Amino acid sequence: MADTLEVSVWRGGENGEYETYTVPSRESQTVLDIVTYIQRRLDPSLSYRFACRVGVCGSCAMTVNGKARWTCRTHARLVTENGKLEIGPLRNLPVVKDLATDMREFFDKWAKAEGNFKPTTTRHDEFATVKPSDKKRKQATAAIECIGCGVCYSSCDVVAWNKDYLGPAALNRAWTLINDVRDSGNDERLKAVAGDAGCHACHSTQMCQERCPKHLSPTASIAGLKRAATSALLKGKL
Amino acid sequence: MSSRVDTRRWLIQRVSAMVLAVAVIVHLGVIIMATQNGLSAAEIVGRVQGNVGWMVFYIIFVVAAALHAPIGLRTVIREATGMQGRWPGFISGTIGVLMLIMGLQAVLRLYGV
Repeated sequence: MADTLEVSVWRGGENGEYETYTVPSRESQTVLDIVTYIQRRLDPSLSYRFACRVGVCGSCAMTVNGKARWTCRTHARLVTENGKLEIGPLRNLPVVKDLATDMREFFDKWAKAEGNFKPTTTRHDEFATVKPSDKKRKQATAAIECIGCGVCYSSCDVVAWNKDYLGPAALNRAWTLINDVRDSGNDERLKAVAGDAGCHACHSTQMCQERCPKHLSPTASIAGLKRAATSALLKGKL
Repeated sequence: MSSRVDTRRWLIQRVSAMVLAVAVIVHLGVIIMATQNGLSAAEIVGRVQGNVGWMVFYIIFVVAAALHAPIGLRTVIREATGMQGRWPGFISGTIGVLMLIMGLQAVLRLYGV
C-alpha cells in the first residue's frame, strides 16, 4: 500500500474545478476522514457538510470517483482507483461551495409529494394497533429507513432530465405514508405524486436502489405508487 | 400537472404495451414461419386478403401502436429537449394520428377494400 493518496477535490461553485491534494494513506480511513484531513491540515477554506459521522444523519453525501456515496461510511481503500480519489459535490443539486450543495429543492420536493404525516387521531386517543405481519406495515417497513442523504436523487438520470421530477426519496417517503393506516392524507398525496413529475416519470433504471446506502428500493416504492395511482384512477378517486 | 390525465396516459401506454407484446410476436412469428416455408410476399397477400380475422388483428395492432408510440415519444421529447407545455403532446399526438391513418390504410389495402 502506497504511503499517500492523490485526492482531487472540487473547489468553488458551479464553475469551479478540481484541485489535487496529497494525503496520507491509512489502513482504515473513510472518505470523510480524508476530506476532514484536507480541511484541518492542508486548506481550512474547504467547505463540506457532515454531522454524525456514523451513517445516521445523511448530511455527508458526496460524489466519490463518479458515484454518489455516504462518505462517513465509505472506506477509502475500497473506492480508490489506481491510488486516486476524486471527490465532488452531489450531482443534480446546485453547488453552494466546494463539496456543499444546496439541498433545498431536494427537501422542497418531499413537501410537494405530501411527505408530511397527517394524523387521524389526537394524543388523547388510544394508540393505533398495527401488526408487524400486516401487509401495509411490511411495505412501509421496507422503505422507512431513509436518512435523506440525497444519494438517490443525485444518482437518478430522470432527475437530471426532468427538473420537476420529485425524485426517488420524496416518492419513497410518500409510499411509506400511503401504507400508514394512521394517516389521512392519501387522496391528496396520490394526486401530488401521480403525474409526469411524479411516479409515472420513473423509468425504473434503478440507480436509486443501486446506490442507496441503506439498501432501500425506491424503485419498488415508486412501482407501488404507480399501482396505487392506477387503482385510484379506476375507482374515480384521482 | 393533472394526476388524472397523466395516470390515464400512463395506463394506456402500459395496456397498449401488453397488446403490442403479443401482436409483435404473432406478426414476426407468422412472417418467419411463412417465409421459411417458401411463401412469397404475393402468396402471403393472396392468403391474407379477405380474411376478417387478420384484418381485425392488424387493426388492433395499428391502434395499439398509434397509442403507445406517441405517449413514449412525448416523454422522449420532454426529457431530451426540456420542452414543456403543450408542444410535446401536440407533436407526438400529430405523429400518432398520422400513424393511425397510414396504418389503417395499409390494413384496409391488405384486406382488399
